[in-house]
Amino acid sequence: MNAVIRYFKSLLLIELLKGMALTGKYLVAPKYTVRYPEEAIPKSNRFRGLHALRRYPNGEERCIACKLCEAVCPALAITIDSEQREDGSRRTTRYDIDLFKCIFCGFCEESCPVDSIVETHVHEYHFEQRGENIVNKQKLLAIGDRYEAEIAAARRQDAAYR
Amino acid sequence: MDQLLSLFNTYTAEFPTLWMMIKILLLPIVPLILAVAFFTVTERWVIGWMQVRRGPVYIGKGFLQPFADVFKLLFKEIIIPSKSNLFLFRLAPMLALIPAFAAWAVVPAGEGIVHADVNAGLMYLLAMTSMGVYGIIIAGWASNSKYAFLGAMRAAAQVISYEIAMGFALVGVLIAAGSLNMTEIVHAQAGNGGVFEWFMWPLFPLFVIYFISGVAETNRAPFDVAEGESEIVAGFHVEYSGSAFAMFFLAEYANMILVAFLVPLFFCGGWLSPFPESWGWIGQGGPHWLALKVAFFAFMFLWFRATFPRYRYDQIMRLGWKVFIPITIAWVMVTGVLVYTGVLVPNS
Repeated sequence: MNAVIRYFKSLLLIELLKGMALTGKYLVAPKYTVRYPEEAIPKSNRFRGLHALRRYPNGEERCIACKLCEAVCPALAITIDSEQREDGSRRTTRYDIDLFKCIFCGFCEESCPVDSIVETHVHEYHFEQRGENIVNKQKLLAIGDRYEAEIAAARRQDAAYR
Repeated sequence: MDQLLSLFNTYTAEFPTLWMMIKILLLPIVPLILAVAFFTVTERWVIGWMQVRRGPVYIGKGFLQPFADVFKLLFKEIIIPSKSNLFLFRLAPMLALIPAFAAWAVVPAGEGIVHADVNAGLMYLLAMTSMGVYGIIIAGWASNSKYAFLGAMRAAAQVISYEIAMGFALVGVLIAAGSLNMTEIVHAQAGNGGVFEWFMWPLFPLFVIYFISGVAETNRAPFDVAEGESEIVAGFHVEYSGSAFAMFFLAEYANMILVAFLVPLFFCGGWLSPFPESWGWIGQGGPHWLALKVAFFAFMFLWFRATFPRYRYDQIMRLGWKVFIPITIAWVMVTGVLVYTGVLVPNS
């Protein structure tokens, strides 16, 4: 009996029609593909992208050259030299991040007592010359100046959970 | 204007061959190539949508994608394997493409819109659709590659097997229509019943089998073992590149569109309206009805491809020889009885 039922099932193409009904349903289903360069999925405010050094609103750089980030960095990607500035405060003379070494763990950001080194949401960047992977202090500050609004907004959103 | 017209008439009378060439170029060739172009992009859209993707959307919103593909193929270098048979290697794409285009000579696109309204149109069609396999066999053999050869053998065996079921399915149409002429076959499906006059109802098993055999005949999914990339890379055209590959591609898609034309012509009333003639303008036949039906069956090809996994080779052979051929023979007999007892009246 089962054999007969199976015979008629296959003869009448029932399972094939079921399959076509399923794909037919998906034909009109909403599509999930994000057209990436034009559209982007929302990023978490904890997203760890390209690094930046921040400034205070009066223009003074936040970094006090405590070298906690350099110490905590598991990939040894950060190199800091420091000396005393004319006003007596300790400041960095050199702050290099090797982006080829960096593993984007976010420890530098967590260890920073003054919220100076941060990781922005920027993940679309490229290098055109050998050596550009080492980002120096000027570049980091420039990145910070450029994205300050977004960095501040992300920190504000996340502040309640820190 | 009159002068131009008389000039035109003189020229067409003076150079009938040239005029015929222009007509051939205007009716099947150029629209067919355009249809193939948009069929390929529609295929990518439909399969994409069925896989919850978007398909091509970037080049001209996707509408210019086929032209980008074609120009890429045409500008590519044709690599000829050093130990291949040069003459046959170059001949094979033409042998695949020429029958695919030649078959259109007898395919009517509407009332009287046909190049050759010959009496044995159906025989000619069977001959031409079978010819295409020579291109595939020769391509596989001339490439001097194991994969190409295996693909060619598979394609040949498959096409020959399904040719028989296809032929028997058409025998039923012949009995019901009482004619081998394509236009006559469509006329035989006319009547006051509209959609119920079509051959697809009395010949329903033949209709289904003819369409499935058509899919198998064109080596399309789920019967595309001839180019099973999991086993034999790309089948018979693995050694072809550039414009030679484009010719095989064009032939395959032209054949698909041909099958999508033939199924409505034989079984779904061709250009006749599905509504009774007495219903006014909506009951009038015309090429637009045929276009709708062709679009439906062409869409079915894509739907199959997006839905079904590839058949195993022995399953294909079993389906062809042990299922389709017995059913078609049985239903040809049923059709004969129907005609003999007067239920179906041929040529009416």
